[in-house]
Amino acid sequence: MSELLDIVINQSFWIAVLRIATPLLLGTLGVLLCERAGILNLGIEGIMVAGAFTGWLAVYAGAPLWLGVVAAALTGAVFGLLHAGLTVGLALSQHVSGLGVTLLASALSYYGYRVSFPKVSTPPTIVPFAEMDWIGLPILAHQTSLTLFALLLVPLIAYALYRTPVGLAVRMVGENPHAAEGQGVSVMAVRTGAIVAGSALMGVAGSFLTLSAFNAFFFNMVNGRGWICVALVVFASWRPGKALLGALLFAFFDALQLRLQQSSFAVMPYQVYLMLPYVLSIVALVLVARRASYPQALMKPYRKGER
Amino acid sequence: MRLERREVASGAALILAPIGAVGFTLLVSSLLVLWAGAAVGETYGLLLRGGFGSVFAVSETLTRAIPLMLTGLAATVAFKARLYNIGAEGQLYAGALAAIAVGGLHGGTGFDLPPPVLFVLMMLGAAVAGALLLLGPALMKLKLGVDEVVTTLLLNFIVLLAVSLMLDGPMKDPTAMGWPQSVALVGDLELSKLIPQTRVHTGLLWAVSLAAGLWALLKYTVPGFDIRAAGANARAAAFAGVPVTRTVVIVALLSGALAGLAGAIEVAGRTGYVTLDMSPGYGYAGIVIAMLAALHPLGVIAASVFVAGVLVGADSMSRVIGVPTYIADVIVAASLISVLVATMLTQYRIRFG
Repeated sequence: MSELLDIVINQSFWIAVLRIATPLLLGTLGVLLCERAGILNLGIEGIMVAGAFTGWLAVYAGAPLWLGVVAAALTGAVFGLLHAGLTVGLALSQHVSGLGVTLLASALSYYGYRVSFPKVSTPPTIVPFAEMDWIGLPILAHQTSLTLFALLLVPLIAYALYRTPVGLAVRMVGENPHAAEGQGVSVMAVRTGAIVAGSALMGVAGSFLTLSAFNAFFFNMVNGRGWICVALVVFASWRPGKALLGALLFAFFDALQLRLQQSSFAVMPYQVYLMLPYVLSIVALVLVARRASYPQALMKPYRKGER
Repeated sequence: MRLERREVASGAALILAPIGAVGFTLLVSSLLVLWAGAAVGETYGLLLRGGFGSVFAVSETLTRAIPLMLTGLAATVAFKARLYNIGAEGQLYAGALAAIAVGGLHGGTGFDLPPPVLFVLMMLGAAVAGALLLLGPALMKLKLGVDEVVTTLLLNFIVLLAVSLMLDGPMKDPTAMGWPQSVALVGDLELSKLIPQTRVHTGLLWAVSLAAGLWALLKYTVPGFDIRAAGANARAAAFAGVPVTRTVVIVALLSGALAGLAGAIEVAGRTGYVTLDMSPGYGYAGIVIAMLAALHPLGVIAASVFVAGVLVGADSMSRVIGVPTYIADVIVAASLISVLVATMLTQYRIRFG
């Protein structure tokens, strides 16, 4: 038991937790924006791949790191626009369109990587974001400024959603698009805007992997993180504050399983520990299911003038 | 801009839609080929020849089409009832593990059963494994309101880790020199080849018969009607006396079983054992195929041959002129999106202002 305590009171453990949580937080906030406006965005998995790739490519080509993040955000926004065109403009199935976007975004990224670097055996590297030594806070000092950005986004998005007219419009079109239209809100414009903004965040989430957590682009580096975000947003009841909580909780168990593998608790095969975060995600979904308050119009296509 | 339902599908749209879909796909992939610095015509020529140009090419394409057909059917029946099963990848691996558990370990269960009995047991085991894996998310959806998209996606990762665990432990092939690979299936249980000297096996006949069976089930039987009704409008169906809950459970079992069979048939027909990379995303591709086929079981046959041909052709083309094989995934994704849009525009017209 004391060994478990040793793991948890170690500062390096919490540094890892916050680092693992960052892309999940960015991605979950992205999903949250889309779903609050009533649109499921399963494109996240592929958009994260594309953001990881273009962000890294821009920096590799000589751009400063922050411009890489902007490139990733723009990439995400472009795929978001595609998803919006399909699901809002044409009212197609949000599930299928999202999976199509994921397939297209990841295929384009891998294709682009192979065309740009046809003969490399070890992935080319960049110099990633530095730790924020200047900040003078124990755990945060070992994070990069992208983590700080993600943390600041939480109150910012909460404020925008609950205290501004734009946020009200986003929540309205996600709850009752007909009523929103009746109030003179353009459902199509608001939903498109929310998807584009949310997808830009997903792109940034991907770029955290290549510009902060690692220093290169690998195949399968996103590895289901996008899907985890889709689960986390349900767990968070579509609230930014709880999204932070959910991302930290998931990261806690992910960091814990990594350390348990190397401890005297490693009595079971390592795969069991790797399963833990996924199993817990499902358990969390079941636990919150009864009181989950889905945005009422989530996954319901809206066609003007059609009931 | 708004959408307006067409009274009758427009004739012009019906003709233009598929042309537009093919044109868009070709445009996107041509630009990518040019980016890679290859000649567009030559690339498409090599891709076509690699996928369909010879007996060998066709046999490879058909071999690849078999698991795709089955996962395509799994997605078709589930999506028809609006049960969004994104977990066919996991169900495929569960079926493959079950096949080895019945037909591989201890020389086939260790009970010394005759091969035909063992074969039936193996296929049943795989179908049950896949079905049970989807039953959980379906029940969670029905009883607790947990979205099945997320649970089936997460289960894929759990199953893949379970496969890795089995290949390290109980099902490890001791002769594989540390390579993560399961023990082999008993030789008597392997499916025979359809064309000598190629890899295409009788699993193709299974897949095509299952497609026909599913088509007949959906079209001519009461459960089939219930499935279509539950998918079209669950509330209206329930009001009209369709047992919606039971129907969704049946759909889950059917869909999971089809995906499980895909795994067992891959093991029995092609690989002979389970590896961690035996499916390069067949489960996810099945969804694309189901949509390309507009959720029609017989259309799944054609769609899976098309997708398999593109994948096989791209492999062969890439070996000759070095355009990355990922072009195949781009073609498949672009055709999915353009077919969805094209289908939409045959039923709706866009009005501006």
